[in-house]
Amino acid sequence: MEILLAIIIGVLYAAAIYMMMSRSIVKLIIGLALLGHASNLLIFNMGPLVRGRPPLIHEGAEVPIPPFADPLPQALILTAIVIGLGAIAFAIVLVRSVYQQVGTDDIDELRTTER
Amino acid sequence: MVLIISGIGTLIFIYAGGYLQGDPRIGRFYVMILIFMAAMLGVVLADSLLLLFVFWELTSISSFLLIGFNHESEQSRRSAQQALLVTGSGGLALLAGLILLATAGGSWQISVLLHQQTAVTTSPLYLPALILILLGAFTKSAQFPFHFWLPNAMAAPTPVSAYLHSATMVKAGVYLLARLHPVLGGTGEWFYGLVIVGGITAVLGGYLSWWQTDLKRIMAYSTVSALGVLVLLLGIGTKIAVEAAMLFLLVHSLYKGGLFMAAGAIDHETGTRNVRRLAGLARQMPFVFVGITLASLSMAGIPPLLGFIGKELIYEATLEPETAVWQLLLTALALLTNIFLVAASGVIVIKPFLGQPNEDTVQPHHPAGLSLWLGPLLLGLLSLGLGLFSNSTLVAKWLLQPAATAVYGHDLVLKLGLWHGLTPMLLLSGVTIAAGAGVWWLHERWRQGVMAVDAALAPRLGPEALYDRGFDGLLRLADWLTVRVQDGFLRHYLLWIVGTTVVLVGTALLRGKTAVMPSQDLIPGPNEILLTLVILGAAWMVVQADSRLAAVAGLGVIGYSMALIFILYGAPDLAMTQFSVETLTVILFVLVLYKLPTFETKDSTPTRLRNVVVSLLVGAMMTGLVLAANAIPASTHVTDFYSENSYVLAKGHNIVNVILVDFRGLDTMVEITVLSVAAVGVYALIHTRKQQQETAVEERRSES
Amino acid sequence: MARSTILVTATRILLPLMLLFAFYIFVRGHNDPGGGFIGGLIVATAFSLYGIAHGMGAARKLLRLHSRTLIGIGLLCVITSGFLAPLVVGDLPFLTALWGTAVWPAIGKLSTPLLFDTGVFLGVVGVTSMIIFTLAEEG
Repeated sequence: MEILLAIIIGVLYAAAIYMMMSRSIVKLIIGLALLGHASNLLIFNMGPLVRGRPPLIHEGAEVPIPPFADPLPQALILTAIVIGLGAIAFAIVLVRSVYQQVGTDDIDELRTTER
Repeated sequence: MVLIISGIGTLIFIYAGGYLQGDPRIGRFYVMILIFMAAMLGVVLADSLLLLFVFWELTSISSFLLIGFNHESEQSRRSAQQALLVTGSGGLALLAGLILLATAGGSWQISVLLHQQTAVTTSPLYLPALILILLGAFTKSAQFPFHFWLPNAMAAPTPVSAYLHSATMVKAGVYLLARLHPVLGGTGEWFYGLVIVGGITAVLGGYLSWWQTDLKRIMAYSTVSALGVLVLLLGIGTKIAVEAAMLFLLVHSLYKGGLFMAAGAIDHETGTRNVRRLAGLARQMPFVFVGITLASLSMAGIPPLLGFIGKELIYEATLEPETAVWQLLLTALALLTNIFLVAASGVIVIKPFLGQPNEDTVQPHHPAGLSLWLGPLLLGLLSLGLGLFSNSTLVAKWLLQPAATAVYGHDLVLKLGLWHGLTPMLLLSGVTIAAGAGVWWLHERWRQGVMAVDAALAPRLGPEALYDRGFDGLLRLADWLTVRVQDGFLRHYLLWIVGTTVVLVGTALLRGKTAVMPSQDLIPGPNEILLTLVILGAAWMVVQADSRLAAVAGLGVIGYSMALIFILYGAPDLAMTQFSVETLTVILFVLVLYKLPTFETKDSTPTRLRNVVVSLLVGAMMTGLVLAANAIPASTHVTDFYSENSYVLAKGHNIVNVILVDFRGLDTMVEITVLSVAAVGVYALIHTRKQQQETAVEERRSES
Repeated sequence: MARSTILVTATRILLPLMLLFAFYIFVRGHNDPGGGFIGGLIVATAFSLYGIAHGMGAARKLLRLHSRTLIGIGLLCVITSGFLAPLVVGDLPFLTALWGTAVWPAIGKLSTPLLFDTGVFLGVVGVTSMIIFTLAEEG
């Protein structure tokens, strides 16, 4: 499964970069969202994978019984997911604002409007 | 050294009060100079190499700010930039050198390194480390060929010149060499490097100082010369030489600080620093006169001032080397330097203070105030007093002996005195003073000629010209690069970033000897294979999508599949979060989507082909990176700590949540703040637009 | 936006259920999967669903407090929970956890991590609802 995950991560990164290099500004944002997914998965994959054993301590015990999934990447990703939402929301609004003001969604044309 | 920094620092404070009286920027000045003082004390007191480096750079930066104090003047800005670039690049070399030194010696603590001399000097890293550290020290202490920034730094207010650029900061390089002498010294490389550079600097500085007309530039070049002498002495590195260096360090700080302050007082009262336009000041500024005379006499090395003792010791040191050739050469160098210094002292004192005023000269507006003459006078008297009582225990035993012992690395007993009997040193001193007087006499007649020759040569051959050319070249290179790399096409920026990463990481991966197979590989079940296929399919859908809705749907599928992966591998918190966030993201996209333009393929086929290739390369690199990273077992000590203490310390059964709200609560706190800022940003973006539209509508209405 | 009758009817019942569920998820967060982030997101989802069905104005009215106020209260809770230890008890680092002794129904022991999580919960609700409402209303 680690190999499959590595492939998924690679494909997601490739798709993200491809979308981000497009001239359409909407594709750029979708690429950004994909990049977020890919990075989250990358972090998730840094801990050893454990099937179906969340890092919970059972009632009455003081420490979790191994094997259990690594809680550290999980905590990191949890914040990353929520921050990602904020970033995407802001990007969407920004792009829409720009589109309404300038009237184009072509990044190359945006370049000339600033001069 | 600490005594020099804080003692002279105090005098400078009083002095600056008078010098900058009524200047609205005096507050800023005090702040900067305090920063510098703290940094300088840090350099001297730090035991860790890295800490020393940080403080070292801080002195460079505060020096930059202080030189550029008159930031309206272009010359000040240029000088400040030059000083920063020269000392800053030297600082980089120093950092590299210190790292090599720490690697060779096996410690970052100077106190530990002091016992590692053999380990360091026999290490293959010794030569590169030495060269880099010397580069750092030489740039800081204005050694040839980096000496040119110091005279230019005279654009700074005089208190700064007196403090940073004669007494303290420029000594940092010398100090570093002295501090590291027990570790790095005692080898041929050390001897030749320091002696040659120090010798050239000493003579060149002396020669240049002698025909300047600006008081501060005379002093600046004589400072360069003195620093050269110090480096030379440390290069010789014998017992006497080290003693001489420490004594001369003190001597120089005392007299040069006084000279600068006196020069500032003159500048302040008459409005000029040109020695040709000053005359007969002795009567108007008696206290300054006494101070500057004492300081100059000390610089010239006339008994019974402390400078004389310093000079005697220097000669003693240069007479020490075993081979006659070096003896002769070094002594000649020292002699030449001192002759120039004597002449320079003459230039500073005799004409401006004792000469006959004529129509060309300027008269002071009013007598110098207490705060302006107190500093020079005190330092001058100190030179005299310490000279007279040099054989007392105070000077020898309490001030210099510990310093010299620390530098020399072995215990030594220091004996100083004015009269040692008829020795070669005394003879040399006599020759120096006589020759110096002679050179001073020549000064008036030769200066025109010397200046003409120099004016013809310097722009082409001087190191400053090289610096200027290098600087212009750097600017052109930056221009060229910026135009190539940052051409305003966002996608090209991305291409450069991604391309660089792929090339660097890819090379490392291909050259790496680590196994690329993960250390563990769970056998995927049918549902997991299905999930993988779904994600891959969705990614294809996003990339291929012609309509916005299809792309967003694909994105949603990927998001929900990620939630499933999280569920499968024991991360229910993540799964729930991912699920809610994905829902909200889709809602967001749907809300906004229809106000955005439809997808059009705008790129030409070759461009798209290029994008495909680049993206595939990135994907392949990431896959390889993940596999390589998985092959290395992850360090688990952080995880272990959280797991073991989650319930015991934080009373929570859900470790992930405990990390979020307890162990790493500060991170979460900052995160929620960032989120709030994003929300406010969204709100503001939309509402300012609304307002703009409303005002635009109103304007149109009022127009019609 | 055309409103589907089914959606309108369903959200009436769904909203209180989702809110209850969110509260449940939030409270149990310290010991079981859940917590402030997730709870807050579910609340925000519930309100945006309601907004799509009944119009964002109605959803905003139902939320009573302005999103800005929610964000403010949330951040205040977070900061307070951090300063309780150094300021009230004294001599403890910022963000040190403090625990009450009495056990309350449903929420268990009161503690600063709980206050912290409440702040996160309110903050997330405020942030997400603010983004969704502004975007949709401007629509």
